[in-house]
Amino acid sequence: MNEILSLFDTQLFTTTIDFSTPIVLAAIGGVLCERGGIVNIGLEGFMNFSAFFAVVGTIATGNPWIGLVSGVIAGMIFSLIHGFATIHLHLDHVVSGAVINILSAGLTQYLLLIIYHTAGQTASVPLSLHDMKYAIPILSSIPYVGEIFFNQTPIVYIMMISVVIFTIFLNRTKLGLHLKVSGEHPMALETLGISVFKMRYLGVILSGLLCGLAGSYLSIETGSSYSENMTSGRGFIALAAVIAGRWSPIGALVASVVFGFINALQYKLQIIPALKFFPTEIFSALPYILSILAIAFAVKKSRPPKASGEDFIVERID
Amino acid sequence: MTTFLKLEKITKKFSKIVANKDVTIEVKKGEIIGLLGENGAGKSTLMNVLFGLYKPTSGRVLINDKPVKFSSPKDAKSAGLSMIHQHFMLVDNMSVTENIILGQEPNKMGFINYKEAREKVIALSHKYNLEIDPDAKIEDIAVGVQQRVEILKALFRDTKLLIMDEPTAVLTPQEVIHLFEVVRKLRADGMSVIIITHKLDEASEISDRIYILRNGELVDSCNACDVDSQMLATMMVGRDIIFKTDKKPRKETGIKSFKLQDLSYKKMDGTYAIKNLNLEIEAGEIYGIAGVDGNGQKELAEVVRGMVKEESGEIIFNEKVINKYTTLERMQNHMGYIPADRLKFGLIPAYDMASNLIIGEQDEKKYTKKTNPVWRRIVDVLDNILGEYNPVRGLSIINKKAVIENAKEVIKKYDIRPNDHTAIAGYLSGGNQQKVVVGREIERKPEFILIVQPTWGVDVGAIERIHEQILAMRDCGVCILLISLELEEIFTLSDKIAVLYEGKIVLEKPAHLTNKNEVGLYMTGGSN
Repeated sequence: MNEILSLFDTQLFTTTIDFSTPIVLAAIGGVLCERGGIVNIGLEGFMNFSAFFAVVGTIATGNPWIGLVSGVIAGMIFSLIHGFATIHLHLDHVVSGAVINILSAGLTQYLLLIIYHTAGQTASVPLSLHDMKYAIPILSSIPYVGEIFFNQTPIVYIMMISVVIFTIFLNRTKLGLHLKVSGEHPMALETLGISVFKMRYLGVILSGLLCGLAGSYLSIETGSSYSENMTSGRGFIALAAVIAGRWSPIGALVASVVFGFINALQYKLQIIPALKFFPTEIFSALPYILSILAIAFAVKKSRPPKASGEDFIVERID
Repeated sequence: MTTFLKLEKITKKFSKIVANKDVTIEVKKGEIIGLLGENGAGKSTLMNVLFGLYKPTSGRVLINDKPVKFSSPKDAKSAGLSMIHQHFMLVDNMSVTENIILGQEPNKMGFINYKEAREKVIALSHKYNLEIDPDAKIEDIAVGVQQRVEILKALFRDTKLLIMDEPTAVLTPQEVIHLFEVVRKLRADGMSVIIITHKLDEASEISDRIYILRNGELVDSCNACDVDSQMLATMMVGRDIIFKTDKKPRKETGIKSFKLQDLSYKKMDGTYAIKNLNLEIEAGEIYGIAGVDGNGQKELAEVVRGMVKEESGEIIFNEKVINKYTTLERMQNHMGYIPADRLKFGLIPAYDMASNLIIGEQDEKKYTKKTNPVWRRIVDVLDNILGEYNPVRGLSIINKKAVIENAKEVIKKYDIRPNDHTAIAGYLSGGNQQKVVVGREIERKPEFILIVQPTWGVDVGAIERIHEQILAMRDCGVCILLISLELEEIFTLSDKIAVLYEGKIVLEKPAHLTNKNEVGLYMTGGSN
């Protein structure tokens, strides 16, 4: 019994947040993109690309904040490729997303060689965002909760704020309403004289921004260098969180945190002597299996944006 | 009265096809204009020119006597033009308020003031007597109410000219009366209205003036009070039209050949689309089901055809329970089907007419080559054992000659144009596509036929013909289940009329014992 209780220490929850943060960010990006009508399976690629550029920016200037900005900008620029392909060139969204993922992996590998003349991994950054850990006065001194939520690193705070901001954005603002309509019934928007193209670009760029934060988190906040394939499928888990979270930022948060929690828990379970009998692979697979199950159940009730993945063309004949 | 809008000598050519030729239309302030024309007469092209989606080849648009150039719907909007499309531009899972304010949201720094929006919407709906629930979601409200939302949406943004495309197509007679009251009120407020329609009596009832388009040209314009629908029809089609389809009295056969017993169907979301439905149709009888769209018509048709599985209940045909029959088996047992969506369920748009005329029968002996008798024998034996799952059956070679001969015969008999069996079905006009489906189904000599919306999107001239063919089938003793949203059609054809409301039959009467008002009332659930 004590053994089980001892599992639930603050460390478990800080690890949960650690695992969840990049997924929450990328998932909100996915939510915004799909609510605007563009299916985005390229989250993984966006993250990978920005993770690399966050390191490039940090090493070049020695300042992780500039690294963060360059990571985010890289993510946004990279997302424009997806936007241009799907919105202007009318390419199938899934095909474009798949290409984005491959392009991202290939391009970073290539740039790694060009810029740093190494393969596989960059050097460590001189200073990382992890060194910017900031305990919020008073709040952080709340026992248990304070340590988990209010003694955190910058991007974790940004993640928490993002959930609130983008929930308000989608439900309370004019732009948010237009974005949603462009994913539900684009023609209704266009006939009112509001550009569906612009709204869809907005969704895609916001997903680039959020994946930029997620990627930077991996390389210059929890990590301190870029290594190939460091996103290792988190973008796809985020995609799952989008669906399980029913295309809302809060839902995405819940789904991602559940995943992060199970992942954190399984590390702890691995070291329990009574469970030594099971091979560790079973524990590692656990979060993924559970997320498949969660989605299988969630999908039945969730309804994707109606026009998500649909091409939009206004016939205009001169 | 001053002229608000003038379309002056509009010509629009698409490479070689002339969609509009020298069309001049004038709309005065506070005037209701009826725009009549068959499918393909150039009505939608004209509207697209007006809304800046198409650039006219020649001619110009004047508003308040000043020439304007619209390059997008946005420009047309800001000049005070609004259009209510036949397929509503409403977002299903959003509230009535959100849909109305879209694009004109009362806001502070980009944040929508929902309270103010809601109040404005309510005030507007009271002003024009357009009753709505501002918080309801679009997917939960009836089509008639959705139309009110569309009208409010137009009123919300300072519209000077409202264009309505086939506004009465989805409405019950009572709703039509109410709509016309609203439109007259708009006119009294100085708004101009264009109503695009093919319903002639409605056009002459509501409009001040009527313009008639035929083959892209303006054939006539007239004051509504000077014409009746017979004259309008002649102008619209270019020849005389007989409206009263000749309907002989029905021969009572007494044979109940088709029955539905306690039929229920559950949708994916767990709600019942059809609940405990019972009906009986005699051979040689047309059983017409009226109702507002979305009350279970689509599901009923799919269940009867066997495309989806019912939840409970029995489908009985010629005293056999056929629940377990596949669609193919139903077809082979002489159950015909004319679907509402011909491009999705009736035809393969990419295939030629000859192939489309044999769909479903391609494995039958008359359309396959008489190959080696040994092979033939193998196919037959396997057929007996495996039935429709026989894997080699699909390997028989199609006898092109027989297929083409069949096509030529049907094309001639049903006057399908062009007279060319290699024409691709998707490129035929709506009326001719429907003729292909109708011809094919009738030629299979059904004993029962399910007909859904047989004249949807079909020209006035062709409607006549299709109705005649349906009645001829009835006179031959075919048992007919007709589902239609057009009340007119139900009354023209049916021997017995039923109203489907929320998946239940709420009224069933012989046609001569009821009238449109009664049926209309039941259609909106107004009986209780």
